[in-house]
Amino acid sequence: MVMKNDHQDILHDTIIVDYQPITDTIFNIGLQFTDENIHRAYQFLPGQFNMLYLFGIGEVAISIVSDPTHDDLYYHTIRRVGRVTTGLSQLKKGDHIGVRGPFGRGWPLSQISGKDILIITGGLGCAPSVSMIHYIMNRREQFGKLMILQGVKHSNDLIYQSYYEKWATAPNTEVLVTADKTTTNWPWYSGLITELIKKINFDPETTICLMCGPEPMFLAAVQLLIERNLPEQSIYMSMERNMQCAIGHCGHCQFGGKFVCKDGPIFCYPDIKDLLGKKGF
Amino acid sequence: MSMKMEFNNQEYYFLPHVKINALLDYLHHQGFSCIGPQIKQDAIVYEELHDSEQLPWGLRDYQMPGQYRLEENNVKRAFSWANGPQAIKPQLFKPKESLWRVARDSHGKLTFKNVTHEMKPIALFGVRSCDVAGMLIQDKAFLTEPFVDKHYQARRENVFVIAVNCGYSSNNCFCVSTNTGPQVKAGYDIALTEIDDGFVVTVGSAAGEALINKISLKHATDEMQQAMQREINNAATMQSKAMPFDNTRVVRDLLMNNLDHPQWDDVAARCLSCGNCTSVCPTCFCSSETETPALDRIESEHSREWDSCFTEGHSYIHGKVIRDDTKSRYKQWLTHKLATWWDQFDTSGCVGCGRCVTWCPVGIDITAEVAAIAKPAVDDSASE
Repeated sequence: MVMKNDHQDILHDTIIVDYQPITDTIFNIGLQFTDENIHRAYQFLPGQFNMLYLFGIGEVAISIVSDPTHDDLYYHTIRRVGRVTTGLSQLKKGDHIGVRGPFGRGWPLSQISGKDILIITGGLGCAPSVSMIHYIMNRREQFGKLMILQGVKHSNDLIYQSYYEKWATAPNTEVLVTADKTTTNWPWYSGLITELIKKINFDPETTICLMCGPEPMFLAAVQLLIERNLPEQSIYMSMERNMQCAIGHCGHCQFGGKFVCKDGPIFCYPDIKDLLGKKGF
Repeated sequence: MSMKMEFNNQEYYFLPHVKINALLDYLHHQGFSCIGPQIKQDAIVYEELHDSEQLPWGLRDYQMPGQYRLEENNVKRAFSWANGPQAIKPQLFKPKESLWRVARDSHGKLTFKNVTHEMKPIALFGVRSCDVAGMLIQDKAFLTEPFVDKHYQARRENVFVIAVNCGYSSNNCFCVSTNTGPQVKAGYDIALTEIDDGFVVTVGSAAGEALINKISLKHATDEMQQAMQREINNAATMQSKAMPFDNTRVVRDLLMNNLDHPQWDDVAARCLSCGNCTSVCPTCFCSSETETPALDRIESEHSREWDSCFTEGHSYIHGKVIRDDTKSRYKQWLTHKLATWWDQFDTSGCVGCGRCVTWCPVGIDITAEVAAIAKPAVDDSASE
């Protein structure tokens, strides 16, 4: 879905209505457009992103983690890394930021409706999948079996812990979480996420895999899935690159012939497999 | 103007040198700001043109890999040179421009305002075929629906293009192999070919035809038309450089199938990662966005400026750099320009102008790099 053409270079004022620190470096902000009409009219798909603008500093591309229709606020989970995200981390409820978006192609909702869904996420980069999981949970009858595999380096890195606990109790849903390094009382697995893939049973003919996380994880996971006869075209992944314009003009997000901002960020694996894992792309 | 549908007027006209100013006057009266070639800092640059006297009469550019100098050739011609470091690109895709401004009130509320550019339409006088080809390629980057760049579009829609076919090629020109010159084929309002005492003129648009009528040009004689053809043939036959495989998709496949070729290490050892090639390239379109807050912190301005894939910041993503060495940056530049450009825009990104060769401080030759990567394949086929 492409919104009407003028959203690409028009920013709108929003107010931070909810601010939740998650870890020392990760926080979640819930935004409301100050113009009620814009707030009501704003539409996005799971997997799409916004450009968030911090006054006087600049913009940063951030995935939207809300459910497209069930949430009152537009949530963004942000890790403090660079100039803009550091500035955003210092904001509080009631502060204003600008929003431009949504941009990009989200998860392929029409292709995955009715399918079993295998979600594989690694590290802190799971935000693009969270919107998708919310979407499935709120429309559980439209999908088959749901398998959520999440891996983190250290058990302390797991964000959305309460979500995972809640999702694990949902019908026809399997949640497997692992950490390379664990603390005591860690209720889930230890080891690499690839080990989790070996633990699950899926039907390669009815399953669609949606991934987000680091690219080496994509490569390792894809290999295991294909060994188990999941067709390449049943695998989708969310890519990340530097984004400034968000509409394929500034050139930073190029991944070979693809512009991650407008051709992605969600790609079907066969469309990007030639360059995936190649240094420099 | 030159973006409009194809126009069919096969006539040849003659514009004597003495009537160049009549042409410029007409365009000025039509409200155009005329931009044309002139000498600045010992190079041919395109700037505001008021009078034909400003043109680079009697000068020829001597170009080699990493070298550019102007020499007098004592010929009474305004276009006996090939090109300079820039032509059209900076006119339509500004090196730096403001995109939007934002004001913050006492409650923190932000009000955004897009910057619109009030400007005269531009008439580009004397642009080369390679540069017109470059403009048509940039059109694909900036004007493809649904993502149209309004800043580029505002200038592009009103531009009037007076192309000049080449009668001379520099040592670094290779537009014959890229099929983008030396004669302009599309994207112009009128096209000139310089012969003795003036130009043979052909028409490419209704606006161009109106100009011809307004300044009352006579038809060119058969001799003039033959002289025109000799000039163009001369420029074509004197080119010594060529892009291997005629700049086709074969180059695309060659490069993408040789991403681990040892030549990438070889060129990386020479490349300074300075970005000169991307600055002078008529098709490179990367830009980065910058923010300039006012001292009072009430307002801020958001701009973009040309960026280059040779910078560290170009591939920065949350704390790391995807292309952290010169090898991967050169590979990005070359594979984008000649290979993945096909995937994006159904064309090569190279127009054979040779600027990246001339203005490279260490004289890296794009055609030679492709040839080096192609070499084993060529040897294989020769031995079969």
